[in-house]
Amino acid sequence: MKKLGLQWTFSILGGMMLLFVIAPVLGLMFSSSPASLFETAKDPEVKNSIMLTLGTSMAGTLLFALAAVPFSWILARYTFPFKKLIMAIIDLPVVIPHSAAGIAVLGFISRDTLVGRAGSAVGFNFVGHPAGIMLAMAFVSLPYLINAARDGFISVPERLEKAALTLGASPVRVFFTVSLPLAWKNILSGLILMFARGMSEFGAVIIIAYHPMITPVLIYERFTSFGLKYAQPVSVIFILVVLVFFMILRLLLSKTNKS
Amino acid sequence: MLKLTRINKDFKGFRISDISFTVEKGDYFILLGPSGAGKSLLLETIAGLVYSDSGTIELNGRDITRVPIQQRKIGLVFQDHAIFPHMKVKKNMAYALHGQNRATVNQKIRSMSSKLGIPEMLDRYPSTLSGGELQRVALARTLIQEPEILLLDEPLAFMDSRLKSGTRALLRQIHRGGQTIIHVTHDYEEALSLGNRIAVMDHGNILQSGTPDEVFHSPRNGFVAHFIGIRNFFPATIRLRNGIPWAETAGNLKIRIHEGQDNEKGFVMIRGEDIVLSASALDSSACNGFTGKVQEITATPIGYDICIESGETLHALITRESVKKMNIHEGMEIWLNIKATAVKFIDE
Repeated sequence: MKKLGLQWTFSILGGMMLLFVIAPVLGLMFSSSPASLFETAKDPEVKNSIMLTLGTSMAGTLLFALAAVPFSWILARYTFPFKKLIMAIIDLPVVIPHSAAGIAVLGFISRDTLVGRAGSAVGFNFVGHPAGIMLAMAFVSLPYLINAARDGFISVPERLEKAALTLGASPVRVFFTVSLPLAWKNILSGLILMFARGMSEFGAVIIIAYHPMITPVLIYERFTSFGLKYAQPVSVIFILVVLVFFMILRLLLSKTNKS
Repeated sequence: MLKLTRINKDFKGFRISDISFTVEKGDYFILLGPSGAGKSLLLETIAGLVYSDSGTIELNGRDITRVPIQQRKIGLVFQDHAIFPHMKVKKNMAYALHGQNRATVNQKIRSMSSKLGIPEMLDRYPSTLSGGELQRVALARTLIQEPEILLLDEPLAFMDSRLKSGTRALLRQIHRGGQTIIHVTHDYEEALSLGNRIAVMDHGNILQSGTPDEVFHSPRNGFVAHFIGIRNFFPATIRLRNGIPWAETAGNLKIRIHEGQDNEKGFVMIRGEDIVLSASALDSSACNGFTGKVQEITATPIGYDICIESGETLHALITRESVKKMNIHEGMEIWLNIKATAVKFIDE
């Protein structure tokens, strides 16, 4: 009986917490009339910003995955000096304020830095450019991919890799045929997290590039220039687009789980 | 022929030191030792998963000490099989045949799978297979690359007795086909039933190696004796009295033996089944007759092990009927009778 009472208390507390998350989102959903949503959806500025947000986040995720995934395998398999320090550095973007993260990235890619000069040499400036946005997004979201991928590789028994080596496979073949497929579920989950986190980034991006405008910046701009009523429909549309995207990705993930 | 010369390796808390032995083509070589003895590390060193710190490994006269694992032609079957869970059995078996044309691969898979009795499992995922089936798949996957040496890490561990005898038969069959095998185990019965050469390992060292006959009949020290199931094995010194040799142990047990030199040091070894127990002194041909106190009675698959304190702790193996007939119980005084010819003295 006592146990049941505890269950009820915890469930009610949990329900209140869920409500706290759901209520504002639901409120937002019903804040705009279908007509204004339709109008906003047709607005080229909104469409472009959504495309830009999805595109830069996706590009950043895929580009950085090329280095992050193999590096996660190293982190999972080997111990080396300063490994703990390196892991702490990887987690750093999660804990620092994102405006500060933006300032840090800006200091790294602005015109007078090595990276900035390299950009200028091939004819573009990271600041105010989708490439800069991509870097800002990747900076704050990379830890999610690295940590998930590292956990994935840790969960792959090392003996399977050893067995593959004794069967005559080269280390590269072992990585691509054994380690990567077996850790794939975690890696995909990490990719989705990184993509999502990058897409929702505001603080770091606005410091690198106010224009071209990603959707979170557009929402902020509409709010400060025109007020709540104008910011709400863009927010609703962005949330819907993101939700659809995530449903597709989650579906993909559950399919890999089954196989 | 595989030849190890003075191999040393210190790795993740395990250590093997100064390991030298030779495995001839066609040998069934057993590495026998308790867990933590360094057997698996030695296998991994031979396979090339780790490189030795010093010493050399030669295979058919070629130095392979630093040859990468994938060029060694040595197959290793892990204790837990290490079958790739995301590939069907067929793909697991084809893994080692990378780069060969499809017809050859299919032909090899067909022939190996029928040899090991797994042709109907080729299209199944490993998660649907039993432990014994996984073992066969692991063997098939390794044998398909035609290794010069097959390394087996505790292949019969965690198996019930029925599965064990089936797997033993399979291993014998593979060996009869000419396959050279190095097999790691902690079970001396397994070693006896399969190996034609045995090396006993402890703490990273090989304590003794030879044919099963040599090792089981002349264990070189107490650890080897105990490990291969010989319970009555004591350090002793020979004293001649009136020209008759007696072996005296540290626990002051004096046992008549049939030959030996005065002051010779070594070990006495008595098989449990060679000790005859009686309620009173026997008038028999046994030269050794003395009393002791029954400490413990333990059931064994073939009868009872009677542990008797008599200066040294001796173990006698007798049948269930004898225990009943003599009403042997703990604390009882009992006579032990041993023929001098049943006592083996092994000099140091």
